[in-house]
Amino acid sequence: MTIDPLALVALFAEYGALLDAGRYDDWLTLFAAECRYTIMPRENYERGLPAALIFCDGRAMLEDRVQALREANKYNIHSDRHVIGLPRIVAERADGALSVEAPFAVFQTDQEGETRLFATGLYRNRLTARGGSELRIAEALVLLDTAAVPTLLATPL
Amino acid sequence: MIDATIWPARDYSRVPYRLYHDRELYEREQERIFRGPVWHYLALEAEIPEPGDFRAARVGDTPVVVNRDRDGEIRAFVNRCAHRGALVRRELSGNANEHICIYHQWCYGLDGRLMAIPFRRGVRGKGGLDRDFDMGSHGLRPLRVAAVNGAIFGTLAQDAEPLDTFLGATILAEISRVLHRPVRVLGYTRQRIRANWKLYAENTRDNYHASLLHEFLVTFGLDRATQVGGVRMDARHRHNITWAEADSDTAEAARSAYNGANIRNDYLTLRAPELVEFRREREDNLSLIITSIFPSVVFAVISNSLAIRQIRPRGVDEVEVHQTLLGYEDDTPDMALHRLHQANLVGPAGLVSMEDGEAIELAHRASRPDRDRTTVIELGGAGVISDRDYRVNDVPLRGFWSYYAELLGIEPPDAVR
Repeated sequence: MTIDPLALVALFAEYGALLDAGRYDDWLTLFAAECRYTIMPRENYERGLPAALIFCDGRAMLEDRVQALREANKYNIHSDRHVIGLPRIVAERADGALSVEAPFAVFQTDQEGETRLFATGLYRNRLTARGGSELRIAEALVLLDTAAVPTLLATPL
Repeated sequence: MIDATIWPARDYSRVPYRLYHDRELYEREQERIFRGPVWHYLALEAEIPEPGDFRAARVGDTPVVVNRDRDGEIRAFVNRCAHRGALVRRELSGNANEHICIYHQWCYGLDGRLMAIPFRRGVRGKGGLDRDFDMGSHGLRPLRVAAVNGAIFGTLAQDAEPLDTFLGATILAEISRVLHRPVRVLGYTRQRIRANWKLYAENTRDNYHASLLHEFLVTFGLDRATQVGGVRMDARHRHNITWAEADSDTAEAARSAYNGANIRNDYLTLRAPELVEFRREREDNLSLIITSIFPSVVFAVISNSLAIRQIRPRGVDEVEVHQTLLGYEDDTPDMALHRLHQANLVGPAGLVSMEDGEAIELAHRASRPDRDRTTVIELGGAGVISDRDYRVNDVPLRGFWSYYAELLGIEPPDAVR
């Protein structure tokens, strides 16, 4: 299957825009029916340590995380801005699955208008092509360079 | 200069905001607490299993390296070259035969002794050190070390009481129990909170806030103030265990207790309930055991997640919370996965812990301008500091301040201890 690079870029653009708009339910639609979402400090990943900051092992846990964010958790009042670099195709499998990477930076702005660099890292995602066309995220591994999380991590990266 | 007259109440039920913001006091804390006669958690033996394994640690602002020497002994040193005061070991962890400062290549053995100095005799008979320079008195400054079931503690004070006495029987028994079989490190998390370190230390002793701040606990029916629980301290009340028993209340009782508390109590359900499933692992049925050891380490058992949290001051206005997530070596694959799932509950993104960062930043920010005003610590009553068998209390905060005041030499006359 030939991948349209623009479709890949559009997926990441959509991903960042939906998160920054706080449209978490719409963000969930970018994931495949069977999916995983993990935010892991790079220092753990490189040492082969399995623990993550967020480990949604299946779609149900990912939906729970979004529900908890909306219904239960309290966090610093802020807005996010994702700046996602150009994605790179790492591997392409015969069944149409793709391994892709993209670097990112997320800035947080508080109510006073003060912005800080919140996180940088690398998305290392596995994508599937539904019906041969629409790309969906089967696995998102967010490798976090900024292992020293500023204050707390609530809204997804 | 802060002295014993700072306290409006001798039972520590009022803490002046100044104590969270004073720079001179911060320096005194470094001297009297972090370099004082107190034991500080450094690392786990499981993190340095082989000779030559080392790991960076912090005792307050002081950088420390802990390693296993050739004979398998655990040793710890101030990570600072005797020559120019530079950090010797730069990596956070690794394995080495010696520690060499990059600046002038002074070389230290795993026992901390100064082994070699380049150009010690100069070049072609010129330069170098005087003949009488004493290598023996220029090693890395050692810490006294002691361990409880593989948890390594260290102190810079030669006159500190023995570790067992410092912890006391209650705390010692609980840590021994958490570490009763070999552990495996699952990973680390770190968090930088813009607040004074003592606000975090208080927070871990505050039973009252848990189900009010961390709404997830109540919303999803995981942990409630109506459960059987309480606080248990050492004889000096400087350490504390906050505990709660699983399945010890009813939804009905909880609903009526939280009525009017602005917390939803319709008990939503999770699509993946294993996230909050408690699997009983010990004889008692405790699903929450937060052991806070003065001043800066917390052993946290929340459901089946196990973690060691280090509270690392970074100046008066910032604290790093460094968390080591643990499992047991003999966990079944299913249990190992369960612990990774439950790691979602704790840490900077924890479903039942993320709020702590926000709450103590709010306290730090708003208390700064008005330093003579005070907090109120009176849940569970003022006066005597003692164990409680109920959850709505913050008595152990007063225990923390009592020992803090003693160490800093600012204990008021007739103080409650």
